Amino acid sequence: MAAFKLETRRIKCDVLVVGAGAAGCVAGALLGGGNLKVVVAEKAAADRSGCLAAGVNAVNAHVGEGRSPADYRDYAIRDAHGVASPDLLLSMSERLNWAAERLASLGAKFHRNPDGSFKTRSWRNLKVNGENIKPLLAAPLKKLSNVLLLERLHVTNLALARDSAGSRPRAVGAFGFFTDGGGGAAAIEAGAVIVATGGAAGIYLPNNPGQSRHKMWYPPFNTGGGLAFGVLAGAEMTTLEMRFVALRCRDTAAPTGTLALGAGAAQVNALGESYEEAYGNSTSQRVLACRRENAQGRGPCHLFAPEAKERERLECARAYFHMAPLQALRFLEEGGAFRKGAPLSGDRAGEDGIRVLVEGTEPYVIGGHTASGYKISTLRETSLSGLFAAGDVAGGAPQKYVSGSMAEGALAAAGAEKYLKDDDYLTNFGDHVFTDRISEHYAPHLSGSPPGYTTDELEEAMQKSMDSFAGGRSTDYRYSRAGLRMAGGKIRELYALSRDLKAGNPGELSRIFELKERLVVSLSLIAHLLNRKETRWPGFGEYADHPERDPRYDLFVNSVSSAYGGRYPEALESPAVLARDLSSGEEIPLPEPAEDVFLKEPAP
Amino acid sequence: MTIEIDSLNCSGCGNCAEICPGGLISLVDGKAAILRPEDCWGCAACLKECPDSLVSLRLPPALGGRGGFLKCRREAGRLLWLYFQGPGDGEPLVVDGEGREDGY
Ligand SMILES: Cc1cc2nc3c(=O)[nH]c(=O)nc-3n(C[C@H](O)[C@H](O)[C@H](O)COP(=O)(O)OP(=O)(O)OC[C@H]3O[C@@H](n4cnc5c(N)ncnc54)[C@H](O)[C@@H]3O)c2cc1C
Ligand code: SF4
Ligand code: SF4
Repeated sequence: MAAFKLETRRIKCDVLVVGAGAAGCVAGALLGGGNLKVVVAEKAAADRSGCLAAGVNAVNAHVGEGRSPADYRDYAIRDAHGVASPDLLLSMSERLNWAAERLASLGAKFHRNPDGSFKTRSWRNLKVNGENIKPLLAAPLKKLSNVLLLERLHVTNLALARDSAGSRPRAVGAFGFFTDGGGGAAAIEAGAVIVATGGAAGIYLPNNPGQSRHKMWYPPFNTGGGLAFGVLAGAEMTTLEMRFVALRCRDTAAPTGTLALGAGAAQVNALGESYEEAYGNSTSQRVLACRRENAQGRGPCHLFAPEAKERERLECARAYFHMAPLQALRFLEEGGAFRKGAPLSGDRAGEDGIRVLVEGTEPYVIGGHTASGYKISTLRETSLSGLFAAGDVAGGAPQKYVSGSMAEGALAAAGAEKYLKDDDYLTNFGDHVFTDRISEHYAPHLSGSPPGYTTDELEEAMQKSMDSFAGGRSTDYRYSRAGLRMAGGKIRELYALSRDLKAGNPGELSRIFELKERLVVSLSLIAHLLNRKETRWPGFGEYADHPERDPRYDLFVNSVSSAYGGRYPEALESPAVLARDLSSGEEIPLPEPAEDVFLKEPAP
Repeated sequence: MTIEIDSLNCSGCGNCAEICPGGLISLVDGKAAILRPEDCWGCAACLKECPDSLVSLRLPPALGGRGGFLKCRREAGRLLWLYFQGPGDGEPLVVDGEGREDGY
């Protein structure tokens, strides 16, 4: 194997922002507008990275006329079947409209009413021609002299330090490596760190096969890096078991809000019956509705807008160009869409209206839609001091979308600033940071002979195990205790194998770490699924051993992995699981004793 | 393959390689090439960045594709989408994402 070397570049700053997505761009720009020195580390190119690479056609979290932030909070709690933090949601909701105004001031093209006000899709949604939202968000990072934007930098680990022996560790920076050109590692020392790396896709077997495996809804390049380095650093995670299964357009995995809210489409089964009301209208129940109709032989299910005329159909197709270009292409291929009189869906050529097949996606871990991610305070501080989290990587506050992620970016920026002020940390910001040689961390993957398997093959094995045993699509999202333990064992084994993978260039090293990140997240996810012994969100997953909702689980299930000290270890350990009160956040007893993923069964 | 690059006419400016969120495009002998087509997300970032509209986006048959493809062009600051029904389709249908193409 052609070895390559990683020279380490050292950089010092006040605040390090990891991930330049919706949350990270806002945090970086707000902090950089003050006196602080900010580094923003982004794995891809900030102009087209993360969820927003293709754009958006709506701002999905907004407080409309006659509503209050408390209304948004209450809506999000109901939608999460009670498992969400009222305080986190309220502090986010109070800043949603600020986020929309900020987008507008950056140049986002909102649809406007004649009086200049925003055009809405519902009280929570604004329409926008947002194909270019990502370059707009990233632009300030490139202009501000206090901000150093480092692109193609894959951050893999946090740097931790203790003020004195025995005290709790703080986050004092992070390190990673450049994925292009000659590579090179970077060690960034910081007074505070904001993690904004988004959620995790590609843990489960995806909807589309082989050549199309990455045609998924969530970005396949958001691999849970920030979640993984948090787990390794011993940060507390919350509600990972609330996976997000998205109801999406079949094949392209494009969001359906454009059809449902934009064109008034409703779900119908193959018999033409509308069935949603029978199941309830939370996000999880809408996924369940489609799954049950299919399971009972009344599928395939569609989104159907019988009333949509030429105008609505064009508007819909056009809206997809701003967010999911493959779905726009699909419309064009099926009926011409933009050619006068052409039907928009080939399913029923000639018929009026719009008809699109829908299905559930692979499960994702995304704190922007569900409550899974870092456990944070209202300042967006995690359980590790000096480490803040915002956006899809942060837990407790579901239904964030682009505006809520931006709001959290602003909150995390303010939190980090306060932390640096309150603390004399900056003045005695020590040399104890990064005494280890960063390049040694990557060395095992850079030399020696490659094993008899590849990164892709291990990824496939991980996805297959999670799919079969941890509630993937092939079991209609059902899982059992015995199965979860099987998945846990398999993940531990694959992790051990991943340690021998070799990289011939920085891009390959990045894919090895993406795999390791997903494996670390998978194991924590399994521990969470195992320990919420009920079925709370049946649309997103069903625990076969505990098929009903259980009021004893009106609480957060959280986890802490304290064994790793911030580094990728030789072997993965099952995290410690605990429970917290939904409102106060205080630790409370779990209804059932916490179970270890690898616990030996007592002899029969 | 979802992404195709007309490498014959490629000037090697590198825009598409720099922008791809998956780092899937590289310059090989001064021409852009997609190295891991199966890893493409379909976000169209590379289409938007090519100054000469050389990159096209296709829907694979497993996703309902029928051989049509998209390209992008910028005109007076606007992003236009060009839809070709197939390789032999001469004049593309031009769709303005902001909604002002002729006839509508
Ligand atoms: C296809 C799609 C369409 C959507 N459409 C809409 C919409 O129309 N309206 C709406 O309101 N919301 C929409 N959303 C939701 C919204 O985009 C997200 O909630 C929001 O972008 C999350 O922000 P974030 O900053 O947490 O994550 P992201 O915006 O995804 O940013 C995460 C960033 O971190 C970087 N990163 C990841 N790992 C690392 C690492 N290890 N080191 C360094 N950097 C790293 C990534 O490259 C990325 O740039 C959509 C989401 C998707 C996936
Ligand atoms: S469509 Fe997106 S993911 Fe695919 S090659 Fe182009 S930029 Fe990369
Ligand atoms: S952007 Fe276009 S011209 Fe530039 S390297 Fe890519 S394909 Fe070639």
